[in-house]
This record gives sequence, C-alpha cells and structure tokens, in this order.
Amino acid sequence: MSTDTINTPKPATNGITRRQALKGTAAAAAGLAIGSGAITGFPTIWAQNIKNVTLRQFGTGVSNLNAVAEKVKQDLGFTLQMTALDSDAVSQRAVTQPRSYDIADIEYWICKKVFPAGVMQPMDVGKIKNFDKIVPLFITGKLTPDSTIAQGTAPHTVGFVEGKDSTSFAKSQTQWMTLIPTIYNADTLGIRPDLVGKPITQWKDLLDPAFKGKASILNIPSIGIMDAAMVAESMGEMKYGDKGNMTKAEIDKTVALLIEAKKAGQFRAFWKTFDESVNLMASGEVVIQSMWSPAVAAVRAKGIPCTYQPLKEGYRAWGGGLGIAKHVSGLELEAAYEYINWYLSGWVGAYLNRQGYYSAVIDTAKEHMSAEEWAFWMEGKPAATDILSPEGKVMEKAGAVRDGGSFYDRMGAVACWNAVMDEDRYMLRKWNEFIAA
Amino acid sequence: MTGQTQTLPAQRREGATSKRPDRTRLAAAVAPYLQVAPLTLTFAVFLLVPIATIIVVSFWDYDSIRVIPDFMLLNYEELLTSPVTWQIYLNTLKYAALTWALTLGIGFTVAYFLAFHVRSLTWQITLFMICTIPFWTSNIIRMISWIPFLGRNGLLNSTLLAMGVIDQPLEFLLFSDFSVVLAFVHLYVLFMVVPIFNSMMRIDRALVEAAVDAGATGWQVLTNVVIPLSKPGIAIGSIFVVTLVMGDFITVRLMSGGQSASVGLMMANQISLLQYPAAAANAVVLLLVVLIMVALMLRVVDIRKEL
Repeated sequence: MSTDTINTPKPATNGITRRQALKGTAAAAAGLAIGSGAITGFPTIWAQNIKNVTLRQFGTGVSNLNAVAEKVKQDLGFTLQMTALDSDAVSQRAVTQPRSYDIADIEYWICKKVFPAGVMQPMDVGKIKNFDKIVPLFITGKLTPDSTIAQGTAPHTVGFVEGKDSTSFAKSQTQWMTLIPTIYNADTLGIRPDLVGKPITQWKDLLDPAFKGKASILNIPSIGIMDAAMVAESMGEMKYGDKGNMTKAEIDKTVALLIEAKKAGQFRAFWKTFDESVNLMASGEVVIQSMWSPAVAAVRAKGIPCTYQPLKEGYRAWGGGLGIAKHVSGLELEAAYEYINWYLSGWVGAYLNRQGYYSAVIDTAKEHMSAEEWAFWMEGKPAATDILSPEGKVMEKAGAVRDGGSFYDRMGAVACWNAVMDEDRYMLRKWNEFIAA
Repeated sequence: MTGQTQTLPAQRREGATSKRPDRTRLAAAVAPYLQVAPLTLTFAVFLLVPIATIIVVSFWDYDSIRVIPDFMLLNYEELLTSPVTWQIYLNTLKYAALTWALTLGIGFTVAYFLAFHVRSLTWQITLFMICTIPFWTSNIIRMISWIPFLGRNGLLNSTLLAMGVIDQPLEFLLFSDFSVVLAFVHLYVLFMVVPIFNSMMRIDRALVEAAVDAGATGWQVLTNVVIPLSKPGIAIGSIFVVTLVMGDFITVRLMSGGQSASVGLMMANQISLLQYPAAAANAVVLLLVVLIMVALMLRVVDIRKEL
C-alpha cells in the first residue's frame, strides 16, 4: 500500500443543506426505506435526496480508502467523508468525540474499550443482508467447526450485545451486533531473506543474538506486548493463560525479557507507524521485525526482497469492522445500513482481498475477483498470471506464491488476537519501563 | 506599564472636555482595564482554563474506557514512586543539558561573529537571513532528513567506508543519544542565535573601545564586557531551548528509533491508551519542573532590568 492510498479528509460538504434536507424528508424517506428489507447488494432507490446525505467515517489508514468513498458515491449516491488516523487516534476520537463521526471503522480490540463507553449503537442483524455469509470467525470464534478459539480479544467476544441499548457484550450470538466485520488479517514477522542468512521458523528468532542490533518490534504497547508474548512463549520462557489478558506476573516476566534483550543491544529501533516499519526494513537498518502485511508489500514494491514469514507458533491476528455512532438516526441511519450492506456485497471485499487482507464475506468478494486472483490470494496457489494491486500496478509476478498459503492455512493458524487487557494500566507502566531502560 | 502611557492623552484631554469631568475621569480609569482586557481574556481562556482543567483531571480516576471524576492521589503516587519516572526525567534533563550547552556554544559564536566581525549592516542582515533558511521547512522534515544520512547504509557511513576510514558501519550515528542531541541542536540553535545577536547589537561599541583603550585583551573584553551585556539574550535563548527540549516527544521518538524515552513520550503513550488522568498528572509535574528551571534562569539574569 503506497502512501497515496492513505486518505486525506475530503472537503466538507455543506452541513446545513444536509440537515435541512433531512428535516423535511426524513419521514418520507424512512417510510420508503422500511420497504428496503430486500436489499440485494444493489442500491435501493429512495428519494432523490439521498444524494444530500453525507456520512462521516473515520478509521485507520488500512481501510479508509478514497477508492471506497468514490465507489460509494457512484453506487449509492451519497457522500462518504473519510478520515484516516492512526490506531491510537482512532480510539481517542471514538470515545472523546462521538458526535464527530457517523460511521466508526474500528478494530475489535479498540471496540472493547469504545463500546462500553456508550457512544455507539448496536446494529440489527436482521437488516444485514449477508449476515449469514459472514465468516464464522466473527460469529462463533471458530473458522471451521473443529478449530480452537484463539487467545486475546477474539472478535466474537466483543461482537454482540444483549439488546438495542445494551453496552455490555453478550457471551454468544444475538440479534444485536457491535461492529460489522469488514477487514482482518494474520500478522507475523517480516524478514529480509537476503540479509538474515538463515531460515526463520519461529517467533523466538526475533531475539536470536545473530540479529543483534538488527531487530525491531512495534511500539504500540497493547500490540507490541502480544508480539513479545509470542516470542517469550516460543523461547519456552513463558506459558500464558491468555496472552491477550496477562496477569501482573506475566507482564513482569515478559517485559523483563524485553528489557534484557534491549540492554544486550538486540534492537535497532522501535517503530510506531506504517512508514517507519517500511523504512527500517527497506534501508537495511533492520532485518527482522514484527510487521504488517501491506508494509511488507511496500518494501517489495521498492524492489527489495522482504518475506512475511509463516512461523511455527502461528499468527497474531487483528480485525476491524464498521460501527454506527449513537446519534445517527432517520435517513442517515438507513443510509448507514445501506452502506454496510454494500460493503459486504463484494466490491470492497475484492478490493481488500487484492491488498492481502481478508473480507468478512468471502463468497461475494469471489464474484468480483478473477479466478487467477482468487487462486493466488485465497487458495495460496502460485499466481497463474501477474497479480495486480487494486490500483493496477504489478504486485507479484506470475509464479509467485502468497506468504503463508491459503486463507484457511493463515486464518486457521491464528494463535491470538490483538487485545486490551484488564491490567492495561499496569502493562503500560511496565512498557514505559522497557522503553526507558 | 502600557496602561500608564496610554492614559496620558486621555488625561491631557481632560481640560478640553471639562464640561463632563465625571465621565471623562471614569473613562480614564476604565481605559487601561479595557486595554489589557483582550490579552487577559486570551490568557485566561487559552492558558489558565486548560491548565486548571489539567490540574483537576490529574486527580481523577480512570479505567480503560473512561475518566471518572474523583479526588485521589494515586496518579501522582504511581508517577512519583516509579523508578521509570525518575529515569525518564533524568534522561530528558540529560538531553536538555547537552542541547543547551551545545546550542549556547554554537549560538554565541555565530551571534558574536555576526555582531562584531561583520562590519556592514547589509551583510549582517543577509547572513542572519541565511541562518533562518533551514527553518523554511518543517521540523519533522529537517529531522527525518538526518535518518538516511546517518543510517547504517547511509550517506555518511558509505562515504567513510569508501574512503577507508572505517571498515564497519558506525552504529552509534543513528537511533542513539548522539542522533537525538544532534537533531535537537540542529532544530533549536537558531532560538539561541537570535536573542543573543539581539543583545549584542545593543551593546554600545564605545564600551568595547574603552575597554581596549584601557588595555584589555580580546579575552578580557569578551568576558568582562560582551558576555555580561549579552546575558539577557543568553537567558532568553536558554529558556527557549530548555523548555522546547523538556516538552519534546517526536524528536526523541524518531531520532532514537523509539529506544529512548522522554517525559513527553511517556505522556503520549498514556494518552494513546486513554489514560488521561495519568498523563495530566505527568503534565503537572513537568510544568512544575520547567517553571522551576525557568525561575532559576531568571534568578541569574533579571531580564526586566536588562531590557
């Protein structure tokens, strides 16, 4: 993903006109919209004034893409205003400025913090047309009926609430969903195969003294600690009850391990943003680090070899979804549902799949992808033809194979999900200790 | 001060408008308050209210989602009893001290050259403008541009390797205390040059001549005439540099590769996890530390007198 796909906010359209339009027509349009239960993935034609609706969406750069906003305007007629922020800013804005957005594109581990704050409204699954086709990972926590549920804040644990006004999470599937899953992936270590000089097979290789001064880890505490936990477990130093919800003793030991490695000069730098991780790797300052898949793609796009290495212990996964702010109602609410239904109807899914992420409803995405693309991205087969990015640039030459293999190989090997711990506060203090050491 | 000089015309007019003395006297009394009102209001709204809010919030409780209005000292307790805090403060002070010493040395030399060696005013102004050219780009850009230069495979290392000066890339150049201080000096040296240059330009050249006539050596002129008379500039420059370094987080993060912490960075981490009360407590402590530092600097030089 190049930087130009990360959005800048679009200029605001005239809010007054929108509000005025809403006032007069909300009732009529709502009446029309009620009849729109049979949404087919194609926009339902309501009153013409849907064009005056503007939905303000914010989220991280991974999925807040201008291309999506443009396609929404084309397909649905209304305006989607996108703001891309970093993960930290997303959780802050979600909680502290709930009126500044209509649609929140947030990650599940952030949802665990945001939803109980009462700033969002649960969504009626009856209005989500493709609900039944959503990957079961988000409904039951299991990719296939016999897979085990991964540790951490697994999306299904924060995916449902009991009722329309409830802010506490339900134990199992209900009629009310917090976020409609849209995008997710499995993360692992990125390596420079030309510089590491030996096969990398396990998370513990991150702290291998052979890479002294050439390793990096991400400095977003709640995610970095999970990577550290994967390493610690892989080294056999630790055995966690739940890596995503550590006890104080577990946090102490994990951070002690990191501090020891830091004092020994293991790390070259810590990264916090996408481009930092790309630059560290591309410049050769770092040869092994925790990384995100589009960052690996960005390094490769510079003609520098970079591998997203599947590891024995599995992946650390993350997922994001769309939620609706509490204040959204009337025509805007209907437009929001329309948008979410459109989101799951295939075009965006294919767009995300083509970037190496996964879409929540894979069946509809398949319809928007060529057979070769599907085989490469989802089935882990060698590319039959050159694989193009959504912008049409060659990403992989024919014959290339996706790191980690098929969708089921990758998502089936998830060891833990990004999480918020109960001992969040303590963990941050310890993490600061690590950075200051 | 401003109030007094501004009321003079009003008092003078008093004679001319003696028909309505009460009203004029009232206007004369109210005028200075009206004149300071905009500044007072601005300070109150944009400085005092936020600081008061921060102080209040620093006593509140919080969990992973909300801040909870309360009165407790736990935030301060956690902050002040943690060895991490002391370590981070020590680290931040180390950066501040190193940056201060280097910017003072460089800034004083540059200002001295501009003020005493360059004879024509045109050239002084021209050279002074050249000093400001790097500031036409943003802080971040100037900082980031060091990274490819200093990196393991960067320009400097590859040049040195090619020249045969070294046979292994120098690792300490980037993502180290060295690179942090280097960036700070680069970013803030102008804040030292400008006030010192300003002070030096006010020094009566006759004093220098008198000192030379009285048999003072160049060094004696410098230490007995120029430095004492440049003190206000040095103090102002020092306040700029020290407060900027104490509050910084982005330079430390980028140039140390995230491997060092500063007080600002600690706060940024807390804010990112919505731990606002903890960050607020941190901010209050930092504010106090910086105020004490500024007070100490002002004790050495009475700026009001010197100006």
